[in-house]
Amino acid sequence: MSKDDKIIHEVAGSEYKYGWVSNIEEDTLAPGLSEETVHFISAKKNEPEWLLEWRLKAYRQWLKMTPPSWQNLKIPPIDFQSISYYSAPKPKKKLDSLDEVDPELLATFEKLGISLEEQKRLTGVAVDAVIDSVSVTTTFKEKLGELGVIFCSMSEAVREHPELVRKYLGRVVPPTDNFYAALNSAVFSDGSFAYIPKGVRCPMELSTYFRINAAGTGQFERTLIVAEEGSYVSYLEGCTAPQRDENQLHAAVVELIALDDAEIKYSTVQNWYPGDKDGVGGVYNFVTKRGICEGRRSKISWTQVETGSAITWKYPSCILKGDDSIGEFYSVALTRNRQQADTGTKMIHIGKNTRSRIISKGISAGQSQNSYRGLVSINKGAENARNYSQCDSLLLGDQCGAHTFPYLDCSNPTAQIEHEATTSKIGEDVLFYCRQRGMDEEEATALIINGFSREVLKKLPMEFAVEAQKLLAISLEGSVG
Amino acid sequence: MALLEINNLHASIDGNEILKGINLKVEKGEIHAIMGPNGSGKSTLASIIAGREEYEVTKGSVLFEGKDLLDLAPEERAREGVFLAFQYPVEIPGVSTANFIKASVNEIRKHRGEEPLDAASMMRLMKEKLALVEMDKSFLSRSVNEGFSGGEKKRNEIFQMAVMQPKLAVLDETDSGLDIDALKIVANGVNKLHNEENAFLVITHYQRLLDYIVPDKVHVLLNGRIVKSGGKELALDLEARGYDWIKEELEAGAPQNS
Repeated sequence: MSKDDKIIHEVAGSEYKYGWVSNIEEDTLAPGLSEETVHFISAKKNEPEWLLEWRLKAYRQWLKMTPPSWQNLKIPPIDFQSISYYSAPKPKKKLDSLDEVDPELLATFEKLGISLEEQKRLTGVAVDAVIDSVSVTTTFKEKLGELGVIFCSMSEAVREHPELVRKYLGRVVPPTDNFYAALNSAVFSDGSFAYIPKGVRCPMELSTYFRINAAGTGQFERTLIVAEEGSYVSYLEGCTAPQRDENQLHAAVVELIALDDAEIKYSTVQNWYPGDKDGVGGVYNFVTKRGICEGRRSKISWTQVETGSAITWKYPSCILKGDDSIGEFYSVALTRNRQQADTGTKMIHIGKNTRSRIISKGISAGQSQNSYRGLVSINKGAENARNYSQCDSLLLGDQCGAHTFPYLDCSNPTAQIEHEATTSKIGEDVLFYCRQRGMDEEEATALIINGFSREVLKKLPMEFAVEAQKLLAISLEGSVG
Repeated sequence: MALLEINNLHASIDGNEILKGINLKVEKGEIHAIMGPNGSGKSTLASIIAGREEYEVTKGSVLFEGKDLLDLAPEERAREGVFLAFQYPVEIPGVSTANFIKASVNEIRKHRGEEPLDAASMMRLMKEKLALVEMDKSFLSRSVNEGFSGGEKKRNEIFQMAVMQPKLAVLDETDSGLDIDALKIVANGVNKLHNEENAFLVITHYQRLLDYIVPDKVHVLLNGRIVKSGGKELALDLEARGYDWIKEELEAGAPQNS
């Protein structure tokens, strides 16, 4: 095998960096799913009757549904009865400061490079840390409170702001939207809630770090963000997970609602355990993310860097209902070893003069399969809608696959739609050029991939962009040249 | 010890022998020109010095400061001080020239046991060297060679050479496709960088670059062998008379060194 083949093999075969298990006491429900499970979860969280009913309705609907099968993924059958649907750190008294937080938990954050103190002091990022479904600590609350911004766990939102939750929950992703969204609606454990009042520009990035932390526990996060008229918020979601042998199911739902002139920017760096070289273990990431540009001139922007998970099924979408509203989707998806990703977006143009932009960068290595799947739908009333889509794929080696599935559904003749797609390999001449300038193959590959992804990475908030670049480089580590 | 010493170098690609016994010695402080018609093996020689892997060396040795260069990976050669100005510089979309050079300079510094250069010093270094090739600092934020004109690409090579300060720089037909102004800028860059501690191997098809870069020695490469070596006047002869007279001389069994 030539040297370039060798590096590609080494790059493609490197092991996951964040593999450890932390020893926080878990309060875990025995595996199984039934109406009792739903009752248990709801009771455990002291939920109001309406929410219990909402969950039960979703559960009953879910029973009648089957998992989707149209995606370009090979998903082993999942036994939903073998999964535990609730897991929480043991309840402790309310915490006033970080000193009261479980030192083990803080150590976990340290390993991830997330020191809450540092973040509080230096970066101005409010972190709502979610470990296995229950929010442990929320920072910056007072500061946000002064502006009327609500940023808390979903459980707390249900308790403290039931009228808001009841008004918006399930509005963008109805409980019966799809198989995994229905499951999530029935058993969602926790998640984040953000509400930005009229005219407020949220002064800091809101950030949540998710971690799946209990063996065999599914994770069902529910996130809801509402931006009132003329408001702005940037939300960051980042994930890593400990190494495990069995598959872990993750079926999250994220809903965004932007009213007149509001803007929501939602950024994700996803690095869950992808399984080992042979495809054993790894997270199944079946996520429904959707935002609605409800108001005129509103804007929703999704940016994602996806490097983890054994299987990714994820299509952050925008419903462009308000006239002159804008939807954006910027994505980098890197797959290696035996990872599979089927990811993309849906841009649904309903209002007049709505615009959407899709930039997708897929990087495939090893024996992985990486698919872009996107729908651009222009409804009858969407006069002068515009869409631009660009889907680029980069292949490392000759055993991986890159696929593009663009769908177009246009019912208005005034629409302007552009689609560009490219597929390329990292050229030997480019690698040689970099090496002639003193870089080894690993560094050169990381540089080339970061360049390939730049259009997306530059959309991330600064500190996140740095993290994402490192992540792409780490994902390519393990070669000696 | 010579900076570069090539002994009886034979090399082939896909089973075709391109180099058929090259001997060459370059001392510190010297500028050598390698001239020859198309297909004579000039670029192959440059590629082998830099370490391109598609060529197979079947016989002979290449020593750099006494070390066997052929044993080293391309990046190790670069870190030791071997620089190749490419005939066809590649484009690297999304990677700014500044970032590319930063990565490169810091690799070389690491190899020498030096700390990475801080951002301010790096910027100062780049700006200083940009002036040498009369490039604007806006080049730094553009993706490497992407959308560059032919002349800009070649100037970018000389710029990188200026930043990296190699001991041995091989210029592979850097003059091809350049107008006279760009040619002067490139030559001027080389002349300013040239000192007693480094050496240049200038590979060219035409004599005109040598109006501006004055070589200590000129070698004629023909069919994989250096068939004639001489001083700078040899280049003028070649310009005036072409290569045929050398071929005729060879056939007549004339001495190969004038």
